[in-house]
Amino acid sequence: MLQVRNLEVVYDDVMLVLRGVSLDLPSGAVVALLGANGAGKTTLLRALTGLLDVHDGAVTKGSVTLDGDPIHGLRPAAIVRRGVSQVMEGRRIFGELSVEDNLRVGGHTNAGAVGERLDHVYGLFPVLKDRRRKLAGYLSGGEQQMLAMGRALMAKPRYLLLDEPSLGLAPRLVDQVREIIVEINKSGTAVLLVEQNAAMALSIASHGYVLETGKVVLDKPADRLLADDDVREFYLGLGAADTGAARRSFRDVKHYKRRKRWLS
Amino acid sequence: MSSFVEGFLRGIGVGSVYALLALGFVIIYKATRVISFAQPALMLAGVVLVSHLAVPLGFWGALPVAALLTALLGLGIERGAVRPMIGRPAFVVAIITLGVDVAIRVVVNIFIGLDVRNVHDPWGLGTLVIGDVHIEHRHIAAFLCAAVLVAGLFAFFRFTRMGLAMRAAADDQEAALAQGVSVGAVFALSWALAGALAAVGGTFAAAGGSFDGTLWLTALVALPVIILGGLDSLPGAVVGGLAVGVAQELVATYQNHTPWLGGNVSVITPYVLMLLVLLVRPYGLFGTREVERV
Ligand SMILES: Nc1ncnc2c1ncn2[C@@H]1O[C@H](COP(=O)(O)OP(=O)(O)OP(=O)(O)O)[C@@H](O)[C@H]1O
Ligand SMILES: [Mg+2]
Repeated sequence: MLQVRNLEVVYDDVMLVLRGVSLDLPSGAVVALLGANGAGKTTLLRALTGLLDVHDGAVTKGSVTLDGDPIHGLRPAAIVRRGVSQVMEGRRIFGELSVEDNLRVGGHTNAGAVGERLDHVYGLFPVLKDRRRKLAGYLSGGEQQMLAMGRALMAKPRYLLLDEPSLGLAPRLVDQVREIIVEINKSGTAVLLVEQNAAMALSIASHGYVLETGKVVLDKPADRLLADDDVREFYLGLGAADTGAARRSFRDVKHYKRRKRWLS
Repeated sequence: MSSFVEGFLRGIGVGSVYALLALGFVIIYKATRVISFAQPALMLAGVVLVSHLAVPLGFWGALPVAALLTALLGLGIERGAVRPMIGRPAFVVAIITLGVDVAIRVVVNIFIGLDVRNVHDPWGLGTLVIGDVHIEHRHIAAFLCAAVLVAGLFAFFRFTRMGLAMRAAADDQEAALAQGVSVGAVFALSWALAGALAAVGGTFAAAGGSFDGTLWLTALVALPVIILGGLDSLPGAVVGGLAVGVAQELVATYQNHTPWLGGNVSVITPYVLMLLVLLVRPYGLFGTREVERV
């Protein structure tokens, strides 16, 4: 189990971005993490994978534990070795390397099993096999997302953290990504799915969290989140189930209505 | 005609040295985004080590040992002076390497002393004569040795796990970290490689005669070479080094035809060539556009 407890993260010594976040990713589960732009989702993933340093960020309170052992002080490489891998926001593939070399770098901590993992990843993403000698920078957006996911799988993670994998993809590709996540999960890997596309995320997650300005404001099983009025209104764009009122902008109602509801 | 061919081949020999030195700069730049001005000191340290070690070990024994020791020196500089500066502006780090360069050369000069030293190379000024073309042995040796090292380097970056990790880190440092690549190891290795290359390059620059503390100036030619070849391009460093060497030696061959330019135009040739290339290709021969943003 990957556990976050009361986590506080500060950037540049002053900017408090996460304020007491707690979250559980049980082994083998799919958990969704929703939230508007700037809520702190990416920051949380950085804290989970040791990448805060690069951004002058630091954990000032709370803990991240993996099966009970604290990991928030570890280097990224040590965290990857323990089985936690991240697919970063914006794919971040190595554009100047071939597709296969990208995957090999993904297997950096798992050098003994690179061949076997390559077969596994090519099985999951046949399109990468076809393109394996191509420079990754020339792949389409969808192919780059597959590559980023495949690259993370090379380390054979037990916990996979995905930062907005559906961003900028056509609906058909979003479906494909969704199916692949399901398949990855079936083979035993737990997935923390950060998404703006709440419908997609909640359709495969068992549990979901909603993060708002650095705080977890909702923490419920996925089916109950799907039925939640606020989630329906602000993340699914469906309008609240119980009112026929015209849809209001997020900002208009944010202050009074939302806060009160979560307090109750 | 034979003087042209001789000038050209001499240029290849001299250019091989430039290529080795320039490769060190480029490897460090790609890994750390810092232009290291400590390369001249690394080179001089390597050459002085060879000149001392060659007495007990012989030239071929001394060269690899000196390269290894200079690699360790590079590693030490990275650990001691560069690593603590991570996150500072590249300019600041570059100035720090300049300070390190001066400091090391002061120390190394003690080991040069007042006598002229030499690296005890087996070539001296011997020549190979083909028809009426004379080729100096040391230039042939420099070229062959550089060719072997360059091939080895390219294989390293192409096929090995660490080489691949270094290319990945050069492409996107944070993404490489996220894959479990130790960026610290990448930094250290880049400095070690650059140190070894500087030692070998310097040794061939010093071969065939004696050297003194001013030998470090040779390493400065690597600067126009890397600008010309493209700051972030390994092939650029090789092609640029050879091109500068050839241009310089050809100008040296013919400069007495143009006495009004003075007797030393060949010295400024690398810079003129760099300017000309930059006019046509602002990022150097093989450089990528992104470099400009750094
Ligand atoms: N490197 C940084 N230095 C300072 N502040 C940062 C840094 N990265 C992010 N922030 C700030 O932290 C807050 C949370 O950012 P984060 O990227 O974690 O949000 P997010 O939920 O991932 O947003 P998005 O959906 O847009 O990706 C934002 O206010 C952002 O401006
Ligand atoms: Mg984000």
